[in-house]
Amino acid sequence: MALSTGRVNNTARDRAAGADGTRGRGRPPGGLRQGLDRHWYAWAMVAPVILVTALLVGWPLARGVYLSLTDATEANIGRTIGVNVIPSTYEFVWFDNYVAILTSGLFWEKLTWTVVWTVTCVAFHYGLGLGLALLLNRKLRFRSAYRLLLILPWAIPGFVSAFIWRYLYNSDFGVINAMLRAAGLGGVGWLDDPTTAKIAVIAVNVWMGVPFMMVAVLGGLQSIPGELYEAAEVDGATPWQRFCFITIPSLRTVSSTVVLLGTIWTFNMFPVIYLISGGGPGSSTEILVTYAFREAFTGVRDYSNSAAWGVIILLLLVVLAVVYRRSLRKQGEVW
Amino acid sequence: MRRAFSAATIVAALALAVSACGGGDAGTAAPTQPAATDPAKITGEITWWDTVRPDSEGPTFQALIQDFQAKYPGIKVKYVNVPSDQAQNQFQTAAQAGAGAPDVIRSEVAWTSQFASLGYLQPLEGTRALENETDFLPGPLSSTKYDGKTYAVPQVTDTLALIYNKRLLKEAGHESAPTTVEELKQTALDVKKKTGANGLALNVDSYFLLPFMYGEGGDLLDVQNKKITVNSPENAKAMAAVSDLITSGAAPKPAIQDSYANAMTALKDGKAAMIYNGPWALSEIYQGKEFKDKENLGIAPVPAGSVKAGAPTGGWNLAIYAGSKNLDASYEFVRFMSTSESQAKVAKEISLLPTRVSAYDNPDVQANKDVSVFKPIMETATARPWIPEGGQLFQPLLEGYQSLVGGTVTPEDMLKKVDEQYRGIFKDWS
Repeated sequence: MALSTGRVNNTARDRAAGADGTRGRGRPPGGLRQGLDRHWYAWAMVAPVILVTALLVGWPLARGVYLSLTDATEANIGRTIGVNVIPSTYEFVWFDNYVAILTSGLFWEKLTWTVVWTVTCVAFHYGLGLGLALLLNRKLRFRSAYRLLLILPWAIPGFVSAFIWRYLYNSDFGVINAMLRAAGLGGVGWLDDPTTAKIAVIAVNVWMGVPFMMVAVLGGLQSIPGELYEAAEVDGATPWQRFCFITIPSLRTVSSTVVLLGTIWTFNMFPVIYLISGGGPGSSTEILVTYAFREAFTGVRDYSNSAAWGVIILLLLVVLAVVYRRSLRKQGEVW
Repeated sequence: MRRAFSAATIVAALALAVSACGGGDAGTAAPTQPAATDPAKITGEITWWDTVRPDSEGPTFQALIQDFQAKYPGIKVKYVNVPSDQAQNQFQTAAQAGAGAPDVIRSEVAWTSQFASLGYLQPLEGTRALENETDFLPGPLSSTKYDGKTYAVPQVTDTLALIYNKRLLKEAGHESAPTTVEELKQTALDVKKKTGANGLALNVDSYFLLPFMYGEGGDLLDVQNKKITVNSPENAKAMAAVSDLITSGAAPKPAIQDSYANAMTALKDGKAAMIYNGPWALSEIYQGKEFKDKENLGIAPVPAGSVKAGAPTGGWNLAIYAGSKNLDASYEFVRFMSTSESQAKVAKEISLLPTRVSAYDNPDVQANKDVSVFKPIMETATARPWIPEGGQLFQPLLEGYQSLVGGTVTPEDMLKKVDEQYRGIFKDWS
C-alpha cells in the first residue's frame, strides 16, 4: 500500500523537490574547510566510527562490487595452502554477470515471487499488528499478560521458531496434520506442494513479524492525545470517522518507518525460507537472497555470480527506499 | 546535512545485506616441512572433523582416539563432530579463508576430488599416512585419486540396500525380499493390503534415485566421452517406475521436507515395511521399537531393474588439510585410523564396512552379521565418476525428483530440465 502511494505521488513531488533541493545545496564552496576549522573536535570524535564503518561495511561492499565484475570462482582465485599453489586466473568481465542474470527467466521468476512474498507478508504484518494494537490500547483485564503473550514470537530466535514450525508442518508426523486427521480431514503435505509451501512460509513469517508491528503501532497509539478523540466525540464523529481521521493520520510517522523496515527485513528474510522449505519443492519458494546463497555455496563456489546477485538485491532495495522516502517527505514526514 | 546522512544511513544499512556475499583470497601460510622423526615422539595438537551421528556412532570413534593418544602420548586429538550435511560447506569456508580448518577431515567420497581440485588437500604419496595401498578395495581407493595423485585414505565404504521389516513381509505372505522393482511393487501392495502398514517409504533425495537409474542401465554422465546422459530413454523408464510406485500406492506420497527422517521413523515404528538405505543407518534403525529384536531386520540387495541391480558406491575418506600446522601428527593419525585393526573395531561395533580387504578376514568382522550381509551387496555397488563437479549434480536432480513426486511433471520433462541444468555446469560437454 505504501509502495503504491509512493509511486503515484512521485511526479508531483519531483516538481516540489526542485526548489527545495537548490536551497539545500546552496552552500558556499569554502564551507567544508570552515566547518573543519570550527568543528575539528567533533570530527575527531566521529572519526573512529567512520573508520570502523568503512572497514566493516565499506570494504566488503567494495570487494563484493569488484568481484561481481569479474569471473572469480573458488577455483580461480589465487591462493597458497601448504604445498599447493593455485595461481590467480580470474578476469575482469565488466557487466557479463549482470547481463546473464537480468536476461535469465529465473531472475524474473524469483523476483516476482519475492515481491509477492514481501507485499503479502508486510500487509499481514501491518494489518494484524494494527488490529492487535487497537485491541490492546483499551483498558481491559490482564492487559499486560496479553501483551506479553503476543510479543513472545518476537522473543524467540528466528531459527528456533523456523525449526519448530518445520516440525509442526511435517507431513507424516507433524502436529498440524495430526489435528487435521483427528478432525476427520486428510493430512496436507504442507511443504510438498508449491502452493501450500508458499502459504506455509508466509504464515510463519507473519507469525514472526506481527509482534514488532504491534509494539511499534501501540507506541504510536499511546502518543495520540486523548483530547482529539474527546473533541471529535463532542462534534458527533462516529468511531469509524475517529479511526479514519484521527488514528490513521496520527500513526503515519510510526507506520511509514516500520513499513519500510518490515519491507526490507521481509525482502531479505533468509532463515524462514531456508530453514523451513529449503527453497523447495523444486525451487518454488526460493526468494532472491536464498537463491544468491545457493548460487554461492553449492559445489565450487561462484563468487562473482553471487556477488552480482547481492549487488542487484542491494540496488533494488536502495531504489525502493529512496522512492519511498521521497514520497514521504512530500507528505511532510521527517525521519 | 540531514539529507546526506539519512541517505547514507540507508545505503550503509542495506550494505550489510550484501557484504556477507563477498569472498576474499586467503592467507598465504606456507609451513615448512620438518624432517621425519621417530613417530612415537611427534608432538602437537590436531583437530579432526568427524561427520558420523554423534549419539549412535560417535562413541566408537572417540574410543579409537583414546587408543591413538595412548599409543602416541605426544599428540592430542581434538574431536569435533560436524553434521554430515554441513561439513563440506564449512570445510570449504574455513580452508578458503585459511583459518579454522581442521587438520584432518572425514571427507565424503564425492567431496574428495572437489577439495583436491581446489588445492585444499595435502598429497599423501610417500607419507606415513598411506600404508599398504594395495590392501584397499579398488572402488573406494579410486575416490581418493585426483589428477594422478592420492589425496585421502579410504575410511569406510557403503552402498544402498533394501532394508526391510521381516515380520511385516511375512504377514503379507512374502518369505524373502523382492529382487526386482516389479516384485518390490507387488510386495509393497501386499503389505499395504494385509497389514495396513505402508509397503515402501521413499526418500526424496537424488542419491536414492540412482539405484533405479542404474537398474535400467542409465547413468547421469558418461565421463570418458564427455557426454551428459541423464536425459536417456533408460532413465525415463526408471523415473516412470518410481512414479508408478507412488501412484499405484505401493509407496505413499513421500514427504519432500525431512524426507529421510520421515522414512526412517516410519520403518523404525513399523509404519512402513521397506526402505532403501545404507549401513550407516543400521545403528539408528536398531534403536527403533520394531527392531529391539535385531533378527527382525532384513537386508537385501537393491531390487533390479530390467538390466541389472546396481547402487552407488558411497563412503568416507580421511583427508588432511594442506595448511595443517601439524602434518606429521596428522599423517600418523590417519595411518592409525585406517589400519586393519581400527577398521575391524569400527565394523564390529557399529557395522560400518571396512575399506581394507584384510579387515574382512578379522574374526570380529566376520562375526558381525550386518557386515557379512552387506559384503556381497557391495558387489552390486557401481562406482561413480569422481570429478570435482560431482557435488553439483545432485541439486538439479533433487529439484526434478521433487516435482516428479508432486506429480507436476512427466518423467521425460523432468529429465529434460535436469539435462538443461547439467549443460550449464559442463559447458563444453555434448
